[in-house]
Amino acid sequence: MTSEALQAFKILDAGMLSLIQDAGRFGQAKLGLSTGGPADEHAFMWANKLLGNPANSATLEITMGGLHLESLSDCQISITGAHCSVSLNNAEISQWRSHNVARGDKLSINFASAGCRLYLAVGGGFSVTPQLNSAATVVREGIGGINGKPLKANQILNRFATQNQPLLGLYREDIPDYSKNLQLRLIKGYQYDRFDRLQKARFFGNRYTVSQLADRMGYRLTGPAIEFPTRTMLSEGIALGAVQIPADGQPIVLGKDRQTIGGYPKIGSVLSLDLSKLMQTTAGATVEFTPVTIEEAHNQLHLARAKFNNTTMQRYTE
Amino acid sequence: MTNQTDYPKIVAASENALIVYFASTPDKAVSAQITAVQHIISKELGCDILDLVPSFNSLLVIYNALNTDHFVVARVIENACCTARQTQFQQTQGKLVTLPVYYAEESGPDLLTIANDKNISVDEVIKRHSAKEYQVYSIGFAPGFAYLGEVDPMIAAPRLQTPRKKVPKGAVAIADQQTAVYPSQSPGGWNIIGLCPTPLFDLSQTPAMPFNVGDRVCFKPIDKAEYLAQGGELHDI
Repeated sequence: MTSEALQAFKILDAGMLSLIQDAGRFGQAKLGLSTGGPADEHAFMWANKLLGNPANSATLEITMGGLHLESLSDCQISITGAHCSVSLNNAEISQWRSHNVARGDKLSINFASAGCRLYLAVGGGFSVTPQLNSAATVVREGIGGINGKPLKANQILNRFATQNQPLLGLYREDIPDYSKNLQLRLIKGYQYDRFDRLQKARFFGNRYTVSQLADRMGYRLTGPAIEFPTRTMLSEGIALGAVQIPADGQPIVLGKDRQTIGGYPKIGSVLSLDLSKLMQTTAGATVEFTPVTIEEAHNQLHLARAKFNNTTMQRYTE
Repeated sequence: MTNQTDYPKIVAASENALIVYFASTPDKAVSAQITAVQHIISKELGCDILDLVPSFNSLLVIYNALNTDHFVVARVIENACCTARQTQFQQTQGKLVTLPVYYAEESGPDLLTIANDKNISVDEVIKRHSAKEYQVYSIGFAPGFAYLGEVDPMIAAPRLQTPRKKVPKGAVAIADQQTAVYPSQSPGGWNIIGLCPTPLFDLSQTPAMPFNVGDRVCFKPIDKAEYLAQGGELHDI
């Protein structure tokens, strides 16, 4: 990216946890680095697409809301993800569409009512100095974003200069509802064959509840305990969405900030399309796992991408 | 006893990842094979590979499922394993990195415990730890944390019952038959036997780490003066 950086926003209040995230830091597992990136890829991709940004542009991932900004230049924004009351100069504005913002405008993202993570994109994308080719913030590693930390009040956010785009939004039927009861498709993998029939029946036949221990690293679930024949396993690479079964038998679904390797048995991995939805839930939500093959998962990914590429958007004049 | 012909074994890991198991237990030859296969896969598949995660006896291959698929990737992996075997890649050794260590009771609070448990002197623990050449089997847990194996069984020691809240940067430690250097301050349950002044993870340097999985590491005892001269710091452990 060679375009110049402009001042975009001053942070008045950073909320509970607001992080700069691009698509993630790939190819660095050799250093033991997580990929980071958006917990909800679907909402992240739409935030950039509504503005015509490159797909890997940096956005803000705002957990639970509470972010207040003052605009430092005329720009365009979009806000996707968790349903929330959002206002521009005290007038309510819609999510899942782009808006024009003037210098001096005040943007308030209040508290999420359904879902828990919002994505704020700016035309051109946020500009920070990338670390190992990515802006993605991984707080545990102190890498990415601004000084590897969550955003703070009084910081200035920069963006890349860009041309204004026509204002676009999604039709209501294409906006996710962030249900609290999910079906998670699970690609059978890793040690799947070493779990006995009873354990598999228990795992797929029961609902699990999202516990308080749920963050960007992983979601710990509670429900009927799953047993695994052995406790001694060599640490191995962990894929996105992998479902670990630790000694207490309570599954943990691993997210974007997961460690690169781990030694717990894994029954398979959740489809990324469903992982995005799980990452919008909070404690008390329930999930049910459905087994799928890697072939079915592959088809689903292609269908979802075709839908993303071909969804008709609504045009707005203001 | 697992039949060696069961390996390499390719198993689905996720919608866009396959994991390859090379053996039931790790050793130097397995490690060299993993390194070789990793290079071939990267060369063959280029940008379709999102990441490769080598570990003790396995390699996780993460690919772009919108550009390629598991049939193609599995075939490349099979061919890579075959090439690696035929071309004696297993004989090639990774580079050897020497790390200085200040071994002493003030820098290694668990030295005495290990010596007492095994009924040997502290000097003998130091001698045995610094006499061996270790293989870098895996990097993970934290950025730059390398699992090195195997330590002399005479100085192998189980993890602490209660992990320390703060293990200092540079701590050289033992857990079972593995040894490692903590690249930055973190909680940890390994037995600390010394401190290494060499930075092991620094994003402002290229490369950020002095070694990769498949390389070899040995430790050279240094005294306190040399440790401090090389930029080492002494903390309360």
